[in-house]
Amino acid sequence: MLQLDDVTFRYPRASRNALSGVSLDVGHGQFHAVLGPNGSGKTTLVRVALGAVAPLVGRADVDGRAAVSWSKQELARRIGVVPQREDNLFPQRVRETVLLGRYPHLSLWGRERSEDRDAVDRALAACDVAHLADRWVWTLSGGEYQRVRVARALAQAPQLLVLDEPSMSLDLRHAMELFELVRGLVAQQGLGVLMITHDLNLAARFADAVLLLENGRAIAAGAPVDVLTQETVAAVFSWPVAIQMIEGRPQMLPLRKPKESRP
Amino acid sequence: MKWTLLIVLSVAALIASVMLGPAAVPLADLLHSDIVWDLRMPRALLAFLVGGSLGVAGAGLQALVRNPLADPFLLGLSGGAGLGAVLAIALHLPGPWALPLAAFAGALAALALVYRLGLIGGAALDPRILLLGGVAVGAFAAAITTAIVSLADAAELRNAFLWLWGGLSGASWDAVLLIAVYAPIPLLVLLAAARPLDLLALGEEPASYLGADVEAVKRRVYLAASLLTAAAVAVSGVIGFVGLVVPHIARLTWGHRHRALLPAAFLGGGALLAIADTLARMVVAPRELPVGVVTALIGVPVFAFLLRRWTIA
Repeated sequence: MLQLDDVTFRYPRASRNALSGVSLDVGHGQFHAVLGPNGSGKTTLVRVALGAVAPLVGRADVDGRAAVSWSKQELARRIGVVPQREDNLFPQRVRETVLLGRYPHLSLWGRERSEDRDAVDRALAACDVAHLADRWVWTLSGGEYQRVRVARALAQAPQLLVLDEPSMSLDLRHAMELFELVRGLVAQQGLGVLMITHDLNLAARFADAVLLLENGRAIAAGAPVDVLTQETVAAVFSWPVAIQMIEGRPQMLPLRKPKESRP
Repeated sequence: MKWTLLIVLSVAALIASVMLGPAAVPLADLLHSDIVWDLRMPRALLAFLVGGSLGVAGAGLQALVRNPLADPFLLGLSGGAGLGAVLAIALHLPGPWALPLAAFAGALAALALVYRLGLIGGAALDPRILLLGGVAVGAFAAAITTAIVSLADAAELRNAFLWLWGGLSGASWDAVLLIAVYAPIPLLVLLAAARPLDLLALGEEPASYLGADVEAVKRRVYLAASLLTAAAVAVSGVIGFVGLVVPHIARLTWGHRHRALLPAAFLGGGALLAIADTLARMVVAPRELPVGVVTALIGVPVFAFLLRRWTIA
């Protein structure tokens, strides 16, 4: 679905490339995680992949056509995005805000149809927020609101889900539930998923493939166990780690600095 | 149910505007009276069309600048129109259309200037700069206007002053026809932008990921709302608070979905201005208060009430 081929990109008036020669291929039924330190180009990668900006060098295609050539509405029918931030200006109920996900499918003057209401109900159920449908959005907890946002993206009936740091402000349980939810959608509905996350361990547990970026370059790509080795992680994140395996997946344990060099 | 009530209210407001007035017209003669046909009916219809236009423009702009406290006149249009009108008065421009045309031209000049300022970052319109630029341009125009007025003689002064506060006394069938032909286009543009405006409330990035062509929507909404406001100012002067308060009252009952909100704001704004104009004519009959005074006197307490409700919610 998403094909990035040797992409290089620089923001206007920037002194260095935000991305240099990065390639990525996300297909149906695949859960890809994009990892890297702050400023490594993860969000830029998603922007290029979705056609928000055009690459300077290389190609960024969606289903074989350049991402920038797609209309926003056509893209929204195929790809559901949950950006990092959302600033909802007006008070809304959960059902209403999830219904916004159906807008790409509505004709200019047409009304909402029963299939739209059904899609909303299915999305609410899939994200386990159906019991919150009539609640005001501002009364929800962070975890609940995040699941509602995922429900909105699912209501778009997408083939690909893109999530930008979805578990950032979630506690342990809600973060696990979110990753389990996404994993389940991949398994049951064959969705493709592209996720940016700082949570190395959860990405390693749940993702099929991992792309590790540093300063805009792809350091390594592939299965978590192949990419997230002790040397690679310590080098890219500039911090020593020990690796422990759980269920065949690497888990990173950051090490404290030696006693002598602690403040 | 609520639509029925709103339509009934609108019709009642129009009928009241036609029936009530300083000159008592017996009910039986209502349909034959010259006063009704030449004065009251065009005035009532114009009030409704202008009020409705301001209501819709206000709702659209509040969504565009992501500020529920925005008023169509915050974008410098009233300043530009006022300057145009005062110049027409000061220069003694001839003809009954000199004043409205000069006001419209002044509003357009302000619109172009604020739009240009709003593009300051590049090709993307920044709503925050639109607001700030509007305030700046409005203040600048108001300063020049005041300078001109300060050099004018007494009669001109009073005319300028009264015009600036809004009045529908110049209403004619020509004016009604003009607005009736002009307004539907920007109104339709705004109605077509109803769903994108719902999406824009989430923020520009989420809106674009949900299929909205954000830059096109911002441009269209800004231009349509400003052109509606410019025409309203040209025919009836600066009538404040309608564009600010009517969308909020409509939201209390119709919520935030613009497909329902915009038509409700049109009918509500129309009814409100028709009622305000009737009050303006009746309260100190046979003289008239400027209708902008009445809308401010009604609007400010309503606004204060809404503010309180807003901070509670």
